[in-house]
Amino acid sequence: MTIRVGVVTFPGSLDDRDAARAVKLAGAEPVALWHGDKDLHQVDAVILPGGFSYGDYLRCGAIARFSPVMETIIAGAHEGLPVLGICNGFQVLCESHLLPGALTRNDHLHFVCRDQRLRVENTSTAWTGDFAPAAEITIPLKNGEGGYVADEATLDELEAEGRVVFRYLDVNPNGSRRDIAGITNAAGNVVGLMPHPEHAVEALTGPTTDGLPFFTSVLKKLVA
Amino acid sequence: MPAQSKPVLDTVKHAADTPEAAQPWAELGLKEDEYQRIREILGRRPTGAELAMYSVMWSEHCSYKSSKVHLRQFGEKAPTSDALLVGIGENAGVVDVGQGYAVTFKVESHNHPSYVEPYQGAATGVGGIVRDILAMGARPIGVMDPLRFGAADHPDTRRVLPGVVAGIGGYGNCLGLPNIGGEVVFDPCYQGNPLVNALCVGVMRHEDIHLAKAAGAGNKVILYGARTGGDGIGGVSVLASETFDSGGPAKRPAVQVGDPFQEKLLIECTLEIFAERLVTGIQDLGGAGLSCATSELASAGSGGMRVELDAVPLRDSSLSPEEILMSESQERMCAVVEPGKVDRFLEICAKWDVIATVIGEVTEGDRLEIYWHGEQVVDVPPRTVAHEGPVYERPYARPTWQDALQADDPARLARPADAAELRAQVLRLVGSPNQADVSWITDQYDRYVLGNTVLAQPEDSGMLRIDEETNLGVALATDGNGRYAKLDPYTGAQLALVEAYRNVAAGGAKPLAVTDCLNFGSPEDPAVMWQFAEATRGLADACLALGLPVTGGNVSLYNQTGETAIHPTPVVGVLGVIDDVTRRTPMAFRTEGQLLYLLGETHEEFGGSAWTDVIHGHLGGLPPRVDLERERLLGEILIAASRDGMIDAAHDLSDGGLIQAVVESCLRGGKGARLVVPEGLSPFTFLLSESTARAVVALPRGEEVRFTDMCAARGLPATRIGVVDGAAVEVQGQFSLPLDELREAHERRGPALSGGAPRPRAGGRRPPGTGGAAADVLADGSPHGPRRPVPSADRTRHQGLVS
Repeated sequence: MTIRVGVVTFPGSLDDRDAARAVKLAGAEPVALWHGDKDLHQVDAVILPGGFSYGDYLRCGAIARFSPVMETIIAGAHEGLPVLGICNGFQVLCESHLLPGALTRNDHLHFVCRDQRLRVENTSTAWTGDFAPAAEITIPLKNGEGGYVADEATLDELEAEGRVVFRYLDVNPNGSRRDIAGITNAAGNVVGLMPHPEHAVEALTGPTTDGLPFFTSVLKKLVA
Repeated sequence: MPAQSKPVLDTVKHAADTPEAAQPWAELGLKEDEYQRIREILGRRPTGAELAMYSVMWSEHCSYKSSKVHLRQFGEKAPTSDALLVGIGENAGVVDVGQGYAVTFKVESHNHPSYVEPYQGAATGVGGIVRDILAMGARPIGVMDPLRFGAADHPDTRRVLPGVVAGIGGYGNCLGLPNIGGEVVFDPCYQGNPLVNALCVGVMRHEDIHLAKAAGAGNKVILYGARTGGDGIGGVSVLASETFDSGGPAKRPAVQVGDPFQEKLLIECTLEIFAERLVTGIQDLGGAGLSCATSELASAGSGGMRVELDAVPLRDSSLSPEEILMSESQERMCAVVEPGKVDRFLEICAKWDVIATVIGEVTEGDRLEIYWHGEQVVDVPPRTVAHEGPVYERPYARPTWQDALQADDPARLARPADAAELRAQVLRLVGSPNQADVSWITDQYDRYVLGNTVLAQPEDSGMLRIDEETNLGVALATDGNGRYAKLDPYTGAQLALVEAYRNVAAGGAKPLAVTDCLNFGSPEDPAVMWQFAEATRGLADACLALGLPVTGGNVSLYNQTGETAIHPTPVVGVLGVIDDVTRRTPMAFRTEGQLLYLLGETHEEFGGSAWTDVIHGHLGGLPPRVDLERERLLGEILIAASRDGMIDAAHDLSDGGLIQAVVESCLRGGKGARLVVPEGLSPFTFLLSESTARAVVALPRGEEVRFTDMCAARGLPATRIGVVDGAAVEVQGQFSLPLDELREAHERRGPALSGGAPRPRAGGRRPPGTGGAAADVLADGSPHGPRRPVPSADRTRHQGLVS
């Protein structure tokens, strides 16, 4: 069977093509989803790509969460639909309350684009099953508002439940609390992270191919 | 207080009835004879709206009136090229890159606005060039930014630079275009006149090329994109205040404000419109706004055009007709659409939440007529506005100081007395502002988006894959050296070209075409005009010799403060094609044991060099000689070696000479090098001369014979100069520089200017280029210097009208 992975395009989405390419390279069928269309077209999983949805007006992700497509995605996520939010997609997931916390302006106040080393701290989510435990990977990071924040109790809870999925290594590039680069919900089907796995799926164009297991993970999960 | 009188609309009829009414032509920058010519063309005085249109379209920026007579050479000396599909004159030239693909690219300036308002000036510079590329029918796929600033340690540089960088990043990142290269140069001559040039490249299928012309009577003229506001009007406000009562709005801002989100929607919407073949002609709105778009579309088409100006959606309902015509509000496009296709056009715009309005139609006649609530305010022959502006044969003369400058040979300068001093000077050079690492700037730009970036800064060229199945790609490099051009503008322009040519070839791509951005001082100064004439002549001659057509570009004049002009700064962009991007040659030395070869010949050439600048603060003598045949040969060798997999790394030699190139390649790959000074050369000349037509390559030992045989057969000198090895750059018998020490020198400078960077974890390593010893110089992270005085009136005029 062919696994269908939806990639949402909001006005201002930028990395939607890249996410679709990554899905294809992983062996699944990318399906374009439109922000104004509630219909998910029978996809098996959804990716919210990077970019500046609705111009990031008001707050990053704040308008996108109210789009028609998000209504269906939020409902699906509560029923176990695998959802991956990358960068702006992570921001949308936080604004949608599918994930706790928020992303704030980088502490150094600059946009930063760099090849970032991460540790995969949880390999039991829908999107990380193909990684070896505690795998150290390098994928691009590019954001202006990537500082992950949450109150201490929430951070403690995330840590205690193993819901911190990715942690920055070497450098904390944006002032994220506890070096958190990505997290998951309690069920493990919704994952959000600031770095960009879809930019590390080909040796020709990426710093590594460390991003590919994100997309093969969900395939295996869905086939299993 | 007198009762508010109803403003009198300056209609065509009113203008005919009041021939003697005084008009502010001088305030709008027109010369008296230019104003008289407008009256002759129209057979009456122009209306306020007509005067506004002529004044802005006949400005230096839009009419190229001072530069035109020299720019003609690019057409007259154009080499016969099969690759050129669309030449100079359209929004951008179009080049055939094979497999049915066409590529369009162009570099433009946004210098003056970026000095006044660095963030918005730079941001809208990116936005403008992207729309030019889009208007040709292409999907924009990448941008580059050649930048020039004043002295690195000048307080105003700390005002201008962070704003410019943030503006380029803020706009380009949000637009989703990878930034793949450019330049950053500091020189006191750019104090008060920073140069912010922006290049965009786009790709399309041959059959998708679109042109800016309005053909077919009855076709509709649709304005779509952002609403029109009062930004970018600048000097034209004087008209509004004179024509109407004085109770109107105050002076309008001269600098435009950008909205990259709107532009992103405009791009996606326009590409969908192209895909359904809904437009007959299209034009972006940039400098001179609707005046330019309507007059150029009508002028290039077959008939006339009628426009209902009151249909234009406004951000500010108080705008006058003159202001609407002049507004440089960003993110707008103008399309000519057959009546049957209008509904579908509007539907696609609605899908993308892009406002679209039918504002007029193509007519049978040959006039551009513009109406305001039913009354005619413009009635002109469009060609006289758009294409038949004044042309000046400005006087030019070799400056009196040129001989003395060239006679001041760097041979008189003290050279390092021993190996220790040579080592110290090399270290100073690689850490000097123009030779140091600039990733603290380029790391603020997204180079990954769209997923096709094969090479990006600090590589010699930016390279993009354009077909994922065949791996066809394009490469781009921009270069320009104002110091060389000051010493000899003819040679300086050629040096800019050959460096960009070499950079493209070093990556393995075949150079195909050229775009240029000619940044100079005031054309009213005969010395500057001579520099301009020499530079254009030099560039045209070299392009002809290398077989490269100039496909378009931009001229920016009046880059001067008082009597002092910037160094003449022709910035040249070269586009190349590579059949298989997986064969590209990167610059990094990655593999120990590989052999280093120096290609080309090294002479004692130090005029204008980095060494004279950094060590002696000297500028004099003659720049390096240009050998175009040798450049072509070097390029062919580099491309063949890349295609046949003979070399693993290549780096072009330019400012800073061999040692600069070797240090960059070593740091990039994290490997050292052992160098041997070739016989017949002094270590100083070997390491620091800036002779052209040279490159350094790293080859696997197994390829040595094949590679050197090829060079020998083709007559290109190739000298074995060392090996990739260890963790230092060692020059045998001279000195050794550990990579750590080089990295510290090469990377420490940026953060002091950038005002912030990612913080390392305790005990962690800083990311490259994002911190270092000097990072705390501006601990508060606020790089604002003292505000500069408000520019003088005549400069203000250029902000809106000249980029």
